[in-house]
This record gives sequence, C-alpha cells and structure tokens, in this order.
Amino acid sequence: MATSRIRGGLRLNAHKERSTQHALRPASAVDSLVLPLDQHAGVPALPLVKAGDHVTLGQPIAEPGGEISAWLHSPASGTVAAIEPRPAPHRMGAPALSIVIANDRRDERYSAASPASFEQQSPEQLRETIGRGGIVGLGGAVFPTAAKLRSAADTSGLRLLLNGAECEPYISCDDMLMRERARDIVFGARVLLHALPAQTCVIAIEDDTPQTATALRSSIAEAHDERIRLREVATLYPAGGEKQLITTIFGVEVPHDGLPADVSTMCLNVGTAAAVAQWIRDAQPLTSRIVTVTGDGVLEQRNLDVPLGTPMAALIYDCGGYTGRMSRLIMGGSMMGQALPHDQLPVIKATNCIVAASALDLQPRGPEMPCIRCGNCSAVCPAILLPQQLHWYALARDLPALETYGLMDCIECGCCDYVCPSQIPLAERFRDMKPALSEQLTARASADAARTRFDARTARLERVERERDAVLARKRQELARKS
Amino acid sequence: MLPAVLTMVGLAAAAGFAAALAARRSQREQTRLIDEIDALLPQTQCGRCTFTGCRPYATALANGEADINQCPPGGHATAAALAKLLGREPRPVDPRFGSVPVRPLVAWIDESACIGCVKCIQACPVDAIVGASKFMHTVIAAQCTGCELCIPPCPVDCIVMRPAPT
Amino acid sequence: MPFATAPAPHVVAPSSVGRVMRQVLYALVPTVALHVVFFGPGLLIQLALGIATALLCEAAALRLRGKPLPPFLLDGSAIITAVLLALCLPPLAPWWLVVSGVAFAILLAKHLFGGLGANPFNPAMVGYAVLLVSFPARLLQWLPPHVAGIQPADLSLLETLTTILTGSPPARLTWDAITSPTPLDALRTDLALGMTMGEAHARAMFSTFGGKGWEWINLATLAGGGWLLARRIIRWHIPVAMLGTLFVCASIMSAADPGAYAGPLFHLTSGASLLGAFFIATDPVSAATSDRGRLIYGAGIGVLTYVIRTWGGYPDGVAFAVLIMNLAVPLIDRYTIPRIYGHAR
Repeated sequence: MATSRIRGGLRLNAHKERSTQHALRPASAVDSLVLPLDQHAGVPALPLVKAGDHVTLGQPIAEPGGEISAWLHSPASGTVAAIEPRPAPHRMGAPALSIVIANDRRDERYSAASPASFEQQSPEQLRETIGRGGIVGLGGAVFPTAAKLRSAADTSGLRLLLNGAECEPYISCDDMLMRERARDIVFGARVLLHALPAQTCVIAIEDDTPQTATALRSSIAEAHDERIRLREVATLYPAGGEKQLITTIFGVEVPHDGLPADVSTMCLNVGTAAAVAQWIRDAQPLTSRIVTVTGDGVLEQRNLDVPLGTPMAALIYDCGGYTGRMSRLIMGGSMMGQALPHDQLPVIKATNCIVAASALDLQPRGPEMPCIRCGNCSAVCPAILLPQQLHWYALARDLPALETYGLMDCIECGCCDYVCPSQIPLAERFRDMKPALSEQLTARASADAARTRFDARTARLERVERERDAVLARKRQELARKS
Repeated sequence: MLPAVLTMVGLAAAAGFAAALAARRSQREQTRLIDEIDALLPQTQCGRCTFTGCRPYATALANGEADINQCPPGGHATAAALAKLLGREPRPVDPRFGSVPVRPLVAWIDESACIGCVKCIQACPVDAIVGASKFMHTVIAAQCTGCELCIPPCPVDCIVMRPAPT
Repeated sequence: MPFATAPAPHVVAPSSVGRVMRQVLYALVPTVALHVVFFGPGLLIQLALGIATALLCEAAALRLRGKPLPPFLLDGSAIITAVLLALCLPPLAPWWLVVSGVAFAILLAKHLFGGLGANPFNPAMVGYAVLLVSFPARLLQWLPPHVAGIQPADLSLLETLTTILTGSPPARLTWDAITSPTPLDALRTDLALGMTMGEAHARAMFSTFGGKGWEWINLATLAGGGWLLARRIIRWHIPVAMLGTLFVCASIMSAADPGAYAGPLFHLTSGASLLGAFFIATDPVSAATSDRGRLIYGAGIGVLTYVIRTWGGYPDGVAFAVLIMNLAVPLIDRYTIPRIYGHAR
C-alpha cells in the first residue's frame, strides 16, 4: 500500500518564495565558457575539437569515453580557446581537464539533420538518440541517461517515475521548470515511455506548491495521455530522495544491493525529462540548464536559464551582485550542498542552485559535545539507520561494525546532523568513513573471487590426476591380460 | 555451616563441569569456525604462513596449532580481526613470516624476456596467468593476488612485482 | 573572491545539550514546588547542597581528566543528577547523605566511566542505591504531609536548616515525633503485619489513590513529563512502556487478590513511579538505543519495580529496577537493531 510520506525526515523552511517570484529568464552572455570533460558520472568525455577550432551552438565537442559516459556540446558559438585543466566546482576548485570556449556572442546554431519522430524509432534507437543529446540526470547525480535507460531495457512492467519533489531548501529550479515548461516535461515523459519502454508514468511533486500542480495537470490534460499521472507527496525533507520517493509512491523498497529497476521502476528528474524533450523535439542538445541563484548574500534572488560553462561570478553579477552580508558560496542546497572556495568556477550539468549564504541563511554548528544517546538522529533518519551507533563506531574506526549498522546505506541527507543536540557533524563523519569501508568491501569481494579461482584450480588438478590414474590403471590391466 | 559449604562446592563443581562440556566444540561447529576464519583471510594462497594455502591455515588456527599473526598479506587488520574472532591476544604480524605490503602488488611478466615455458602458469594458485607452451605468458592483473609464487620457478627471472593498477 | 568553506549541512537546529537539560529542569519545577508545599523547605536545602556538591565534583573530575570546564560544567547534566537524587531523599536527611550520594554519582558513576554520554548506569540511581544499601534507616525517615487530617510537627526554616546540618532534630522534638513512613513503606509494613489492603488504607495518610500530598506531587510530575513529551525532549516509548507494564502487573495481582496487593492507580501515583517514568528512566545515556529496545527497557523497569515493591526487600523498586535494566541495555541493543531500508526482513 503506497504511503504518502517518508519515514523520518524533517519539516524545514523551504526558503523558495523569493527565488520563485520572478519569471525565468536567460542568463546574460559571457565571454568565456569553461566545460570540464568529467562533469558527468562515469568515464570523462574525449574532446572532438582542438584549440583554435571554430564551434557553433549545439555542436558536439566531446564524445563518450566509455560505456558509461556522455556527449558534450558547445553552449555557444565561437572558438575553442584552449583544452586545459581549469578549477572545477565538483572538485572543490581543484583542476579538471576542460574545454574553454571564447564566445563570439553570435549564437550561430549547429545545423543537424532533423531527427525522425520519436514514435517511429525503436526503443533501442531512441535510447541511442537520447544519448547523443548529452543528456545526463539533472537532479544532481549527472548519471548518463542513455546508460541508465539501457540498464533497465529488459525489465518487464517498468514504471517511469519523474521526480519533481524538490525537497532541499533553497533549490527551486525544478519548481520553476514545472511552472513554466510543464509541456516539455510531459513531452519528455512520452519520449521516455517509448524509450524504456514503459506503460505508466507518475510525476511526483511536493504538496506545498499549488501553482506547480495546476501547471502540470493542465499540460498532462493537454497531451491527452492517460499513461501519465500527477501525484503529490507530503512536503518533507528528503521526500525527493530517489529511494524514498519510490517507496512513497509505489510502496516498495529498493534493495540495498540493487537498483530501482529491480522493483520495476525507473526514476528520472523532471529536468532530465525536459532536456530529453528539447533534444528530441527541437534538436537542441543539453547546452544549458536552469540554475537557482538565491541566498541573503545576493541582491536579487531568482532562477536563470544558464549556458553551461558560465562562471558563477557572472551569475551573481547578473543578479545584482553580492550584498554586504555575503559569507559562504554553496553549490546545491543548504543540507547537502558543497561550499565552494571562490566564485570563479563554471556552471556544470550538476549545478542546480547557487546559494550566496549570509549569516541569516547559515545556522552553523555549536561546539561539539559527546553524544548523549538521545535518539533524535534515528527518529529522523529516512534510511532507518542508527546514526548514533554509526557515530560511536566511526570514532573507533570499527569497519565491520559500521558495515553491520549500514554505513553504506546512508544517503548523506544530513537530517541526523540537523537534530543533534550535541552538535556532532554526523554526515561529515559518515562521508569520511565510507571510502575506508568501501575499500574493505572491495577487498573482500576480490578475496572471495580469488578463493573461487583457487578452489576451481584445485578441483581441476585433482580431476586431471584422477583421470591420469584411471588411464594408467587401464593400461596396467591391458598389459596384465595380454601377458 | 557444613551443608552451606557443601552446597556451594557442589554448585561450583556442577557449573564447571557444564562449562567444560560446552567448551568442547562439535564437529559441525568446528567446520563453521574454519569457514569464519577463512572468510577473514585475504585468499592470497601464498604459503608465507607456512601452510599450503589459506584454508589449511584457517584449519590450523581453529585447532589451535597456529598463531594469529602469521599472515603478512592480511596485515595487522587481519591479525586483529582473527584475534577478536578467536578470543586471543591481538598482536601485530610477526616479521619472521614476511613483511606486510604497504600497497597491493601484482606480478608483471616482462614479455620481451619470456620464453613460454609455462612454469609460472603451473605455479599460480589462482590461474591468473594466461598462456601456453611456447606462447606468450601474461598476468591478468585484476586476478593476481600478489602471492609471488610465480617468481621462483621462472628460469629467466622475468617476473617482477608492481603496484596494482587502481 | 575567496570564501571560507565548511562541510554540509549548512544549517543545523539551534539545539544544544545545555538546552535539553535546562528543559528537563524546568519540567521538574512543579514537582519541586509541590514537594515544598507538602513537606516543607527541607528539599530546597537538600537541593542547594546537592547542586553545590555536583558542580564541585564535576569541576574537579573535569580538571583531573584534562577536559575544559566550559561547556561541560554548565551543561546541566550534573545539576539534574543532583536534583533527582535530592528528590529521592527525605527532606530532613542529614547533609552528608545528599553530599556523599551526589559525589558518588558524579565521580564514580559518571566520570569514572568517561563522563557525559559514557555512563552505562544512571548516576542518580547509583548514588541513591549506594545510600539506600548503606543507610537504609535514614532513607526511610520521611515526613508526614501538610494536609488536612494530619498534624505534622512544624519546623521553622531555621530549625530545618539546623536539623539537616547537624543530623539531629531540634531539642524540643524527637525523630519519632517528626518522621513518618512513605505510603509505600507504610503499606509494606502493615501488610507484613498481617493487615489487609483495606485496613492498611485506612491510615490517615492515604486518600483515594495513593498517599495524600504524594498524589499532587505525582500529578505535577506527570504535567512536567507531559510537557517534555510535547516539546519532544523525551520520546513516549519508555514512559508508556514502564507505566503500562506497572499498571498491568498491578491490575492482574490486585484483581487476583485485592486484599494483599495494591491497585494499579496506587502504584502509579506512589513512590518514584512517575518521576522514574518521565525523568529517571528516560535518561538517554543509560537507556536503550532503538524505539523497540526502549519499549523493552521500559517494560522491564515496570515489571522489576512491581516485583521489588511487592516481594523484594525495599519499599520502592524504581532505583534498582532502572539499574538492573541498565545492565541489560547492551543485550537489548544487540537484538533490537531496526531493519535498515532496503534490507531483507
């Protein structure tokens, strides 16, 4: 029985009123765009251009580097200024190999052959076509969408879930998308239903924005597609977490060692669906995305349609500049966003929001006290963990105990952190311990594989010896008979 | 006085007898213990512990015929885990059995020197070397456990240990 | 322009250990107030002595352990230990009783095990248990309540102070004239003497449910506990499990033999039942971890409280029940790990 709210979670102030007051508008053009080649999950893309090449808007400039990789397209027309390491936001400012494009501001578009109508393509062809648009998961995980669709290709009874439950405070880019471009989302849903293939689609949103519900409902009605339904979920953080949303909508749990496809579900962000629509219907590959610029540290709070590669400093300037209270620059939301060391970093496919946070936005931690075992943390944990116990064992670096208590199942939402009276930085501790545990689990998996090979070899040698003994015994018998 | 003393002594004796009975492990429990010990070992199958593989070492540990600090590839973490499982005093790995590798190592065959004699292929306990007589031999790095058993048999000394690829 | 960075989450609730402890102290104010109304100002002097001892011992222990004094000294945990212990002691108990009890609780039951968050046993109950076992007679010298129908010997504030500080009553009175057993103690003695429940309840100190005066104090404790529940400082599992089990045990036994066993409402409003349910057993550090574990923990305390009260050697069983269940917490925790999302049942 599908429930309508997640387990645990927090009721947080969404801080979205100011950034959703203005209509979406494109960001102002900038002179230089920096595109890291590894801005998607999986293998970095390989450049197709070199320094000095002329490029047009939408031209493919990098191709997938492996099975799980993505295309990259130029977000502007101009010249390739360089292909060199540049500070990247997803590496906290450390350099990543990037294609730097000098924008000639002419917006010359790349002319590509008009694709066949999506209904005429087979699911396999359509998946490949989607991949060529450079589409990746725009909810933040930036997993190459074509690879994700391929992984569920042979699942029967697949259901599509479009995640519009934008639960983290400050982020409102999906909300604006759903209000202003609901048609794109619905079209994208229809394309994805054909590409998976799947028979039903649920678009899930939180229940605190009636405007959004209305916009989506009318677009769904317009499309006359009964396969697509809208569902509202209780506004709680983190209702929009993939696993939590699947459980809320469909009442099943994603196995800890499996994927949503194991419970016949494919979950994609509404932004991804809209990007699919723009590519399949309008031949416009993924070259821009909606970014929320918000926080008390910036003058004007709003959502902008930003070409990839635009420096974040330019977005702030576009929104009136910093206020005197600016303190911390966060890429993402207030609960899971990453604090950036400076603003000369480019917008990438994963950049859903920039929070220019001031003291009013931040509620920093007090001094850390010992854990008093109050249990607030386990009451709010959406993954049904005991963060208290994970904390004790993380202090002791007891990896087997951390495994038993489910450290790898932690979704790092930060709810436990939020409610801890002892102000313990729990999410950070767990993030720190995960690599060590992951390494140990990998070592155990390869030891198990080695044991299997060793046992197989021992069995083979024994068999060879037995067969040899049998042959020799037969020979002895024959000789005995003859003599 | 005397009845009280006799009762206490009797109870203590009964408890001690029951404890001694419980301490004797059944055959099935013994096998399970060997499995549990084997699960903690790194399956390098190198023989540095003086036993012919990881499972014989596990069996010896279960029978109390070996100590917990004899496995260099497992490192101090494995020694500590074995000590915890068997209720023995934790100790670091004894350097007489070998040095604990700082990082994982895999074997690498210098193909320019290889003569195709298959001696290393026969020696590898996990079949991680590909090749045949008079054909090139090569180590599948992902399957090499770093046991170094292939190095002594090579007549042209063309195998070295290198850091495992990440 | 460069910015300082910090790990996510960037907002946390403005909570602190001190805040939590302070709310618990506020919730105890009604209890303390009514206690003073019915039994005189002795409790206030005990509180003063207890809190002073607690802070001194806490400061000394923190120094010895090399820990900074702020924020630990004023986080409120030591004060709560002192307040709970003082509430369990007779109002005219000699000064050295509360001082030694609190010192034992803070130094041995708390800091010896690692300080805040590391004590396996409830420190206030350890202190109380030590005093009860060492000075049983002193701990049963309670006062009669200031209610209609009972004429307690009225001690002035000065007389109260001198009694506590010297350990002997004022010249004009003897101990017998001043003191009186608690309802639980009286019931126990009377039943042992062969009286029935009805006869024992005929004493002036009893009213409808429990003892006169004690009912009101317990009501105040219930109100305080309810407030803590509403503010989510404590969760419902331990109080409900403990009181529920106590209620059930008492109901069963008193239904079977009303003459020999006190009814459930008496048990719930006597002794430290409500104080224990909302303030003592809910001490998070020594309680079980998961919700299911807490239900088992609370139920265990309820059962043991009833058993010790009815068949054990002491009139009130809450302290020992809590300590015994503290012992069981690691075992309870081991078997009540909740099923993690995505794992098989």
